[in-house]
Amino acid sequence: MELDALYQEVILDHYKNPHHKNLNSSYTCQVHHTNPSCGDEITLNLDLDKDLVKDITWDGVGCSISQASASIMSTLMVGKSISQTQLILDNFTSMMQSKGKEKGDENLLEDGVALAGVSKFPARIKCALLSWMAFKDALSQSLELQK
Amino acid sequence: MSLLPVDKIKKDFPIFQRKVRNNLDLIYLDSGATSQKPKSVIDSQVDFYNNHNAAVHRGAHLLAEEADELYENARETTAQFLGGVVEEIIFTKSATEALNLLAYSISNASLGLSSDRNRFTLDSDSEILVTEMEHHANLIPWQELAKRTGAKLKWVAVGANGRISLTDFQNAINSKTKIVAFTHASNVLGTINPVWEIVELAKKFNAITILDACQSVPHLPINVKELGIDFLAFSAHKALGPTGVGVLWGKSELLNELPPYLFGGSMIESVSMESAVYSKPPRKFETGVPNMAGVIGMGAALEYLQNLSMKKIHQHEVAISQYAIPKLLEIDGLTLFGPTDTNNRSAIFSFALEGIHPHDVGQVLDQHGIAVRTGHHCAWPLMKKYGIAGTVRASAYLYNDLSDIDSLIEGIKSAQNYFRKAS
Repeated sequence: MELDALYQEVILDHYKNPHHKNLNSSYTCQVHHTNPSCGDEITLNLDLDKDLVKDITWDGVGCSISQASASIMSTLMVGKSISQTQLILDNFTSMMQSKGKEKGDENLLEDGVALAGVSKFPARIKCALLSWMAFKDALSQSLELQK
Repeated sequence: MSLLPVDKIKKDFPIFQRKVRNNLDLIYLDSGATSQKPKSVIDSQVDFYNNHNAAVHRGAHLLAEEADELYENARETTAQFLGGVVEEIIFTKSATEALNLLAYSISNASLGLSSDRNRFTLDSDSEILVTEMEHHANLIPWQELAKRTGAKLKWVAVGANGRISLTDFQNAINSKTKIVAFTHASNVLGTINPVWEIVELAKKFNAITILDACQSVPHLPINVKELGIDFLAFSAHKALGPTGVGVLWGKSELLNELPPYLFGGSMIESVSMESAVYSKPPRKFETGVPNMAGVIGMGAALEYLQNLSMKKIHQHEVAISQYAIPKLLEIDGLTLFGPTDTNNRSAIFSFALEGIHPHDVGQVLDQHGIAVRTGHHCAWPLMKKYGIAGTVRASAYLYNDLSDIDSLIEGIKSAQNYFRKAS
């Protein structure tokens, strides 16, 4: 069934037990992103230690896809260097824009490849991307601060 | 219970011939967002482009004459439909534009662009009154008008039953109130507001009444004279018509008083290099070559509605509500937002399911061929009031029957089963 391609077990697991969903008070940059078309919101704290993503914590409301995606994204990015996060971000956004054609690089995206099916549902792509765009924004703001 | 012959009606709407996901028949419960179009509406636009296309109000040739006649016939149809006269019907590109037209024309009046101070002149001593259940389109234009003129924006809260109390209205309105803008039927709650009573209150203070009728004109018999309002806005696309057409109805004497908002071709009597003299309404408010095919399509839509009878359409929707509401309330973990009694209520059902996000519910319903809206429905303040990010909204119309409600109920239960494994 098409529905199972969208809501993979991995996604439902992350939705049920989201990782890093607990705002940490220490961070280099805090961002708040919303999805004005559906009212979903995320607050994301990024703790950057020079070139290293030391920690990401977040809180927010949203559908299973957006919540699972935030959980997957933060799990992936913590402990990575900025250039590694860039590779991951690029691979993920490319997969999201591929209309179901790209499966994603499992070495880079790990659990993130479970979200490949989302790209076949145009209305849901922005749900999956919400936290990733928040991370991207927090990263560029943090880099500005480091200058 | 008085239902329309839905099987017969559906044959008039080509879209119901197609299949949707999983090769299912379409169950369209999203008419609150936009309605489907009967063949007569589609054909009228194709016929215009195939046979009569010309710019209205300017050409000296046969096609221009025919285009003029079709376009103005649609204005006549609209006037009859609302119980007004043709001079009172202004075509815009949307209901949103109609409401903005009013807000900006009132701004212009407040700047002193019309010859004298009049009822439309707002200043820092004025108040604008709205309700908490407004669509953004009937909220933000007034927020901005208040900012531009220094006027104060006030609102009447929505009660726990999804309705507005007239006592609250009475307490909020006073001699400073210049404008009372409110929705006839809520696009989220389905509440139908007591227009006549609100207008009576407004009249005591000589305030201008503006009715957002987007969710009522397609669904109920409307007569602007009986309602006693000063202005009304609605959009064609929610009333079986094409997108890109809105209507502003206003009382003639007020439209005469009100300065225009959009300036340019075809809204003038004469022009010099220094200034211009404007046409009489409605032309004063219609500049540029209009959406002719769209307007003609709307005329066909209103004729279709009239042929069915607005009274019967309303009865049909009441019957659907009477059937749907108890069934929805029976579902464990479902919260229905809006009145649970079917008096003065439209067939809009907004609900939340415990532990399942509206988007996820919508996705499962889509797999069952059921189209609903999910999200905040352009009524964010109302969502915040209820402390939710959004709802699922099923909205019924003349092509829905009770079996569509059965499918909806089944779909909701299936969404609950599907996500039970995740909670």
